[in-house]
Amino acid sequence: MLSRTADHLFWMSRYIERAENLARLLDVTWQMSMVPQSEEAANQNWRAIITLNSLDEAFSAKYDTVNAENVLRFMVRDADNYSSIYSCLRMARENAHAVRGTVTSEMWETLNFTWLEARDRTFEEIFNAGIGEFFEWVKMRSSLSRGTTLGTLLQDESYHFIRLGTLLERADNTARILDVKYHVLRPHGDEGATDFYQWGALLRSVSAFEVYRKAYRDVITPERVAELLILRDDMPRSLHFCMNGVVKNLELIANRHSGETQRQAGLLHAQLHYARVEDILAQGLHEWLTDFMDRIYILGDGISKDFLVPLAEAA
Amino acid sequence: MNFYNEMMDANGGVRAHYQRYDDWLKSTPPERIARKRAEADLAFHRVGITFAVYGEEAGKERLIPFDIVPRIIPSAEWKALQSGLRQRVKALNMFLHDVYHNQEILKAGKIPAEQVLNNAQYRPVMQGVDVPGGIYAHIAGVDIVRAGAGEFYVLEDNLRVPSGVSYMLEDRKMMMRLFPELFAKHKVAPVQHYPDMLLEKLRAVSPKGVSNPTVVVLTPGAYNSAYFEHTFLAQQMGVELVEGRDLFVKDEVVYMQTTQGPQRVDVIYRRIDDDYLDPQAFRADSTLGIPGILRAYQAGNVTLANAIGTGVADDKSIYPYVPDMIRFYLGEEPKLNNVPTYMCRKKDDLEYVLAHLPELVVKEVHGAGGYGMLVGPASTKEQIEHFRKLLIAKPDGYIGQPTLALSNCPTFVEEGIAPRHLDLRPFVLSSGECVNMVPGGLTRVALTKGSLVVNSSQGGGTKDTWVLED
Repeated sequence: MLSRTADHLFWMSRYIERAENLARLLDVTWQMSMVPQSEEAANQNWRAIITLNSLDEAFSAKYDTVNAENVLRFMVRDADNYSSIYSCLRMARENAHAVRGTVTSEMWETLNFTWLEARDRTFEEIFNAGIGEFFEWVKMRSSLSRGTTLGTLLQDESYHFIRLGTLLERADNTARILDVKYHVLRPHGDEGATDFYQWGALLRSVSAFEVYRKAYRDVITPERVAELLILRDDMPRSLHFCMNGVVKNLELIANRHSGETQRQAGLLHAQLHYARVEDILAQGLHEWLTDFMDRIYILGDGISKDFLVPLAEAA
Repeated sequence: MNFYNEMMDANGGVRAHYQRYDDWLKSTPPERIARKRAEADLAFHRVGITFAVYGEEAGKERLIPFDIVPRIIPSAEWKALQSGLRQRVKALNMFLHDVYHNQEILKAGKIPAEQVLNNAQYRPVMQGVDVPGGIYAHIAGVDIVRAGAGEFYVLEDNLRVPSGVSYMLEDRKMMMRLFPELFAKHKVAPVQHYPDMLLEKLRAVSPKGVSNPTVVVLTPGAYNSAYFEHTFLAQQMGVELVEGRDLFVKDEVVYMQTTQGPQRVDVIYRRIDDDYLDPQAFRADSTLGIPGILRAYQAGNVTLANAIGTGVADDKSIYPYVPDMIRFYLGEEPKLNNVPTYMCRKKDDLEYVLAHLPELVVKEVHGAGGYGMLVGPASTKEQIEHFRKLLIAKPDGYIGQPTLALSNCPTFVEEGIAPRHLDLRPFVLSSGECVNMVPGGLTRVALTKGSLVVNSSQGGGTKDTWVLED
C-alpha cells in the first residue's frame, strides 16, 4: 500500500476517534457541572479541558473568561481551533477524501455526511437543540464509521492502519480523560458526598458504567475505576485493551524498519499486562499517566517514520 | 435558428424512440418526480460526486446538476456514430505516430509542416520514441453535437486528459436507482463495464517483457476539479491512486513508495497535463510531477496513458485537417462531419471572420472548458468589438466556425420542463488494432435558456445517455 494512503487512513481514524473522545470528555464535564458546586470549582473543571489539550494560549487569545459556554464554544464549533470537534470531523473527512478510492463508499459517505451535517450547524443551533444530544450524535457517527469499516472493508493492510490509528488515539484519550478527572475528583485523596455522581459520570463518559457494575458488582471506588480503565483487557476503552490491538496490528503490517517500534509497543503492553493498580497508584496516577501518554506519542512517531513518511533510502 | 429536438419531431409529435419514456412521464405524478429529483440531489451530495471550480473559494465543491430526462439514441444512429468514432480515433493515433516518426503526412503536403512542428503542443522529446502498440491516445473523449437537420458533427477531439466518464457511470447508477421501472420498459445498453474495459486496455499497453503489470492512476491531488473521477476510476479498477510525490525514478525505472518499501510501476494512467509531468523536462516549477519520468518513458520502462504530446492532434488549429488524415492513413472517406472552420491565420479566412463576427463562434486555438470563446449571436456589441481587437492583434491564435444550431432535449428547469441544448462525449479506448467504447457517453446539457455552452464549469448539467438495443 502507498505510504501516503496509509498515512491518510491512520489519521482519518485518529481524528474521528479524537472527535468521539472529545465529545465524551465534554459530555462528562457538562454533566458533572450540574451537580451543585461553587462557580469557581465548576470553572476549574472547564479550565482543565483547555489545559489538558495545551490550548491555554489559543483560548485566551479569543475568550476573556473560562466558563462553560466559552469552553464549549471553543471546543465544539470553533473552526479556528484545530482541536475542536468541528475541526476533527473536518480533518477526518479531508483524510478520507484523499483516499476515497481506498475506503469503501459506505465509509466515505459516513464521514462525508457527518462533516456536512456538522458544518451546517452554528454553535447556537447546536446549543439550543441540547448540547448533550450533539455529543450523543458525535458518538453515534463515530460508531457508525467504525461499524462501516468493520462491516465493509477488506481486512488487509488498510484495515490494520485504521485500527492502529483508532487504538493509539483511544489509548491516549482515555488516559487524558482519566488524568484530568481523577485529578479534579481526588486532589488530596479525600472523598466527598458528590463522589458517586462524579465517578458515575466519568464511567459513563467512557461507556463503562454498566461494565463496572457487571465486573465488580460493588460500590464505585476510585481504585477500581482506575483499574477498569487501565488494566482490564476486556474493556474496549481501557489502555490494556488498546495496547493489545496496537501490538497485534503492528505485527500484521511489520516491515524491515519497524523492529524498534514493535519492541517499544511490546514493552508497554507487557507492563500493562503485569501491572497492579496498587503499584500504579503508589507511584502516583498522574505521573504514571503522563509517562504513558509520552510513550504513546513516541509510538505514533515511530509508526510515522517506519511506514507513513517515505524513507530516505528511496530517493 | 432551427433546432433539432431529440424528443419531438418538427410537427410536435414524440419521436418513436422516446414514446415509452413520454408515456411514463405523462402517467407519473409530478410529486413523485419532484421527490425523486430531491433524492438524487441528496444522494449526489452524500456520495460527494462533486467538482471543484477554479477561481472559487479553495476546497469548495459544487454538484453537477443531474437531469432525469435521459438522452435517448436509437440503435442504428449509435452504430453509425460508433463506426465513425472508430475511424476517426484510429486515424488520429496514426497521425500521432507519424508526426513523431517519419512525418509522411507533412512530406505529402497534406498539412503544412509549420502548423505541426511550431505548435506549442508538439513535443520534440517524443521524436523517434516508440510507444507500445503505436497507441498515443488510449482514451479519447470526442465531443459530438447534432445540428438543425439532425446531422452529427464532431466539435472537438479531446486526446490529452478527457474527463467526465465518472458522471456517465454515476448518472446511470442514479437513474436505475430512482426509476427502475424505466429500465424494465426499455432495453438500455449497459455501460457499467467501462472500468473493466479501461483496465484491460491499460494492461495491454504495458512495457515489453512485463507480464503482470502494476497499473496506477496519477492525480494532481484532492483539489483538482476532476479529483472525484480519479478516485472513482482507481477504485473501480482496483489500482492505486497516486500523486507525483508518491512516485520516484531510479535508474530510469519508476517506483511508488509503499509501506513495504519501493514497488515498481509499469503503466500510469495519468490525469496530469504534459507540462506538469516532469519538472526536469517541462515546467521546472511543477510540484505535481515526477523528476526523471520522461527519461524512464523514453527508455520504454513505463507506459503513460495518454502518451506525451497528444495535444498536437487535438489542437483547434489541427482540427480542420482531421478529415484529410482519415483519407491519408486509411484511404477512406470520413464518416463523421467536421464543422467548417475558418483559420484566422489565413488572410482570407480572417477577413471573412471579421466581417461575420455576429454570426460566428470564435475560439482560442489552445482554449478549453468553454473559456476564451465568443458565441456571436449571443454576444453584446461590446463583446464582439473586444474579440475583433483580439483577432486583429493575434490572428493565428483563433479559429472561427458557423454557430451550430445545437440540438435540444426536454429538461427539468425552474419553470417546469423546457428544451435545453446538449452535446455528447463518447469515450473511445484504443490498444493496438482494437478500438472500443461503451454505448453512448456523457451527455452534457446547458441549463441556461438559449445557452450553447455545456461545460460544467459554466453551469452545465448532465443527463443519462441511453443507447437502445434492437
